Amino acid sequence: MPTLLEVRNLKKYFETPRGMLHAVDDVSFSIEKGKTLGIVGESGCGKSTLGRVIIHLLDSTGGSIYFEGEDITNPSPRKLRKLREDMQIIFQDPYSSLNPRMTVEQTIMEPLVISGRFSKKERQREAERLMAMVGIDQRLRLSYPHELDGGRRQRVGIARALALNPKFIFCDEPVSALDVSISAQVLNLLQDLQDQFGLTYMFVTHDLSVVRHISDDICVMYLGQIVEKSPTKELFALPLHPYTQALISAVPTIDIHRKKERIILQGEVTSPINPKPGCRFARRCIHECKKCHEPQHLEEVLPNHYVACCRVRELNSL
Amino acid sequence: MALTNSAFLSVRDLVVEYTAEDQVIHAVNGVSFDLERGKTLGLVGETGAGKTSIAKAIMRILPDPPARIRSGEIYLDGEDLLKLSEKEMRKIRGRKVSMIFQDPMTALNPIMKVGAQISEVIRLHNKVTGREARERTVLMLERVGIPGDRADDYPHQFSGGMKQRVVIAMALACNPELLIADEPTTALDVTIQAQVLEMINKLKSDFNTSMIMISHNLGVVAEVCDDLAVVYAGEIVELGSKEAVFDRPAHPYTRGLFGAVPKLYDDRERLSPILGLPPDPSNLPQGCHFSPRCPYATDPCRNDKIPLREIEPGHFSRCIQVIRPEG
Repeated sequence: MPTLLEVRNLKKYFETPRGMLHAVDDVSFSIEKGKTLGIVGESGCGKSTLGRVIIHLLDSTGGSIYFEGEDITNPSPRKLRKLREDMQIIFQDPYSSLNPRMTVEQTIMEPLVISGRFSKKERQREAERLMAMVGIDQRLRLSYPHELDGGRRQRVGIARALALNPKFIFCDEPVSALDVSISAQVLNLLQDLQDQFGLTYMFVTHDLSVVRHISDDICVMYLGQIVEKSPTKELFALPLHPYTQALISAVPTIDIHRKKERIILQGEVTSPINPKPGCRFARRCIHECKKCHEPQHLEEVLPNHYVACCRVRELNSL
Repeated sequence: MALTNSAFLSVRDLVVEYTAEDQVIHAVNGVSFDLERGKTLGLVGETGAGKTSIAKAIMRILPDPPARIRSGEIYLDGEDLLKLSEKEMRKIRGRKVSMIFQDPMTALNPIMKVGAQISEVIRLHNKVTGREARERTVLMLERVGIPGDRADDYPHQFSGGMKQRVVIAMALACNPELLIADEPTTALDVTIQAQVLEMINKLKSDFNTSMIMISHNLGVVAEVCDDLAVVYAGEIVELGSKEAVFDRPAHPYTRGLFGAVPKLYDDRERLSPILGLPPDPSNLPQGCHFSPRCPYATDPCRNDKIPLREIEPGHFSRCIQVIRPEG
């Protein structure tokens, strides 16, 4: 499959009173058309910022973004308008991402209004089609968000994202605010829509079980950087970076008979403000050594399996 | 876990209602369970199932109005908490029973040093000097992995995981016999969650504290609980040892929950969501509350009140259908 999206050395820094906050620091990856790339990491690791920079809700500080082979790092206003149709977002919180004063139908039709290519009749027909597609009953057409439960609201958010037939959707923790039985419905819907329309997803979440379920490939982020990148199955079968290993071992599992060795990390995430060169995980890492304080680079350790750790070969006897 | 009256904590036929405008919301509808000393019971269920109402009823901190404990008994060490005066209850809260809330960011007073907040609880329940209270505060902080000299810091100087540790230190300051933890790790990241769960497990075994752990996360419950109660629409629909419920889930709702969660070591392509939505608690369905969403429901399920039945020793399910065990 051809590559749909590629980012190279992408950076996003924020100025703060205490210095430069490195939210996204030198991130590179690509996603093939029709695939799902999962981005996992804990709060504050920059995963949402990364997505927002890619779809141009935030400007990048450095690096470049390519979409369908074209450099879209600094698009013209006209190009950006076209990009907004191709790249969409589904937000985490279906409570705050819908305008409380717009009905379901108005919300879903708004992108169509903005595009200016649809007559009123066509817009209504489209809204009807989109509602059916995401499984919202037509009788809820004139309902307001407060009348809907979280799962239905998230469906409205999905219908709005799909309104202009995007190619790429940035899913920003789309099921984190939902209960398990509802979250399963939404995950299945996202998979069906992907199969149906060949959509490409970038799926950001802190939930490893969800990311494993939905992704083809996964990037693990720590403090603004990718520390490991691998096909999904391999990442869980053979996690190589010490942070990934700790992260996977920390997930409480419902398999009560699976005895697993738990790696309990000491300490907490350090500040992303003015980080020192070198591995940002080193301070919490049980394998820390002198070389860890030199800059680390993602290296292809196994086919398609990249790790940014100077001791990865030695520690995993590769 | 048979329902006897000798248990450390016995909840019997607890009914909690909320009144909103002219509606009555049936939050807890006849919940009974027992908890032995040193054991941990998990209350699992989705938003609005009534888990927190059960916990707050035990603490007697339900806001009245709108909430009201309509009926039921809550025996702690043989004493019915619901019959105590507010003054008597204040002696029990924080000393015999304490609670950890979900959100550590709002459970602490932002303009009071954390050490002072912990000392306050100690001095309220024990005749100790300020210095003794301070010593115990430092000890409690160290026990949860926070250096004692941070007692003079304010909550905003701590990270989320550390704040939750402070809250736990406060809850444990008077060596409570029963600890109620309401989603204690939901607001935390996984690696921090693992640290806090490990700490809770250690403290529990060190002090033989009984615990009720409320969570919507089956994995968290699996880590810390001995027994499990699955709550749906204000009722316990399944109750048993962790092994019984995880290995041989009997109630269709419990099975539905397991089918809906993606597993960390499982390659299913599709999840099996539970169809439909939880019922409106002001307008509960007749008969089994789960029947409108249940693939096995028959007419008796829709019309009759379904009792909790013992399906194997110590394992109860509120279902009249005979469903063959899975797997």
